[in-house]
Amino acid sequence: MKLGFLVDLNLCMGCKGCEIACKVENEVPLSSWRLRVKYIDIGTFPDASRSFTPLRCNHCENAPCERICPVSALHYLENGIVNVDNERCIGCAGCMMACPYGAIYMDPETNTADKCTYCAHRIESGMMPACVVACPVEANIFGDVEDDTSHISQYIMGHQGGIQVRKPEKHTNPKHYYVGGGTYTLDPLAHQRIEGYSLFTNITHLEAVGDKNHGVLDRFLAPFTGHGKLDNKSLIESATDAESHEQEGGH
Amino acid sequence: MVENTIHATQAIVTLDVALPGIIWGWMITLNMWAKSIGTGVILVGAFLLYRHKKEEMPNLRWIMPLISFIALNVFLLFTLVDLHQPYRMINIFLHPNWTSAITVGAWMASLFTGLVTVMMLIGGFDAFPDFRKHCAVGKSVRGISGFYEKIFPFVVFLAIPVTLYTAIIMAESSARELWQAPAEVMQMMWAALLAGSSALILVSDSWSKETRRDLALILAIATFFSFMMYMGEYFFSFKSAEAEATLAFVHSGGSYNVEFWFGMVLGFIIPFFLAVSNMKSENKTLLRFAAILALVGLYLAKDVWLKIPQMLPLS
Ligand code: SF4
Ligand code: SF4
Ligand code: SF4
Repeated sequence: MKLGFLVDLNLCMGCKGCEIACKVENEVPLSSWRLRVKYIDIGTFPDASRSFTPLRCNHCENAPCERICPVSALHYLENGIVNVDNERCIGCAGCMMACPYGAIYMDPETNTADKCTYCAHRIESGMMPACVVACPVEANIFGDVEDDTSHISQYIMGHQGGIQVRKPEKHTNPKHYYVGGGTYTLDPLAHQRIEGYSLFTNITHLEAVGDKNHGVLDRFLAPFTGHGKLDNKSLIESATDAESHEQEGGH
Repeated sequence: MVENTIHATQAIVTLDVALPGIIWGWMITLNMWAKSIGTGVILVGAFLLYRHKKEEMPNLRWIMPLISFIALNVFLLFTLVDLHQPYRMINIFLHPNWTSAITVGAWMASLFTGLVTVMMLIGGFDAFPDFRKHCAVGKSVRGISGFYEKIFPFVVFLAIPVTLYTAIIMAESSARELWQAPAEVMQMMWAALLAGSSALILVSDSWSKETRRDLALILAIATFFSFMMYMGEYFFSFKSAEAEATLAFVHSGGSYNVEFWFGMVLGFIIPFFLAVSNMKSENKTLLRFAAILALVGLYLAKDVWLKIPQMLPLS
């Protein structure tokens, strides 16, 4: 059994329902995302179009994150899911340096690595991932890619020649496919990432990796003193009085 | 890469999340820099002991492991401090994943530091008998002087993988295409020789002229080849879309451009010429100056090379 995802970008309308469902289901803290829908505008007004691309962990068959993790906090499950055990993670960020898709974040509440788990806890009890259930146009398709009769396998076979994965040259064998993708949508170097065009947010660099409210010393003291109350509310408060950090700039 | 320069094809991100920027920052630079000193003094010290009589370098036996010990502890401290869960470091020993260069490196570096500590204690007690008298450990280890020479060859051998494993961590960092294993392995080796010779130059005041000439020679060779490798990578390393994008960003005057050239000039070009001129006519002060510049420049060069590929958006 090998669980996989397929997103039909021709169907996706960028509603971000999956993004929110994932946040809620997995209690993903502010400034962190397991799944995000990226908007890219192509061309110049009035001859412009907008594309939407949901991006999550690919659950690579040959996962660089699993290989570099010194303590096997990242590990394969029998169903092909690349899972993460944040009780074991030492927070070295090696996986963040290794994942070619930037799918891993340092959870600011637990100070450990986390990412999309294909909702392993829901799968275990026979449910579909939260993002699949939320999608109003059924653009997210999930199932066993080794079972030829599964919906996802049928969909892949029905779109032969039009199936793509991100960065196939990395030999990670992603188990996450796209229909209707193009270089613009799937290659991060094919579009510009600059401030000033985005709708609501800053899109270049985050202010901190992991918990930005607690310094290095706190990491040592935390087991004894606790981390105080760090939740979405305190993260919002600190975000509202933080200056924007744009000087590192994307390109 | 898709052409972005004409209006009809330009593609711009208009809604997305902010991405992590520098994930491994100055602490990892310091970690690599200190490790280069810690292993380099052992490698260069062994070369000097092979070429010269012990009497020409009277304090080498204790000062070499002492410098190594201090540098390795800085390295270990910052390795630990950079972890988001520092106490769980123990998991590397309890639940090792052997495909990870981080695991293999941590085990080797711990063993190496342990052996260097033993060498430092034996060397120190032998050099300062008074200290031995006042130290409980010193009394109990009387008569094991010969152990130093027994473990030394093994320590020298171990210094090589300990200095190189970071290159493999960088190679395993598949998301950063700028770091390719062969180039990084050689850079780590040159960095160790550069840092080792520089550190020993700073304590070589009472040594013979010939030993200092050897140190100057090693410094000159290490700075020359390290500089050549950086130039080759900086200008012609167009092996992949991502490496090219990273370098194009720096070339066009993006962040780290200035730091990079400071590193090249301070760390490699000036020390190279100072070291070469020192081999002809000795000038201890200039050689020390070269050593300090090389150490500063090495830090800057490592810092830039560590950070620039992290600026690239991965998704
Ligand atoms: S996409 Fe990244 S995090 Fe997910 S399995 Fe592949 S390498 Fe690991
Ligand atoms: S941050 Fe955690 S999950 Fe990632 S490589 Fe390090 S120990 Fe493994
Ligand atoms: S499968 Fe689960 S964890 Fe992964 S993106 Fe969907 S909701 Fe989030």
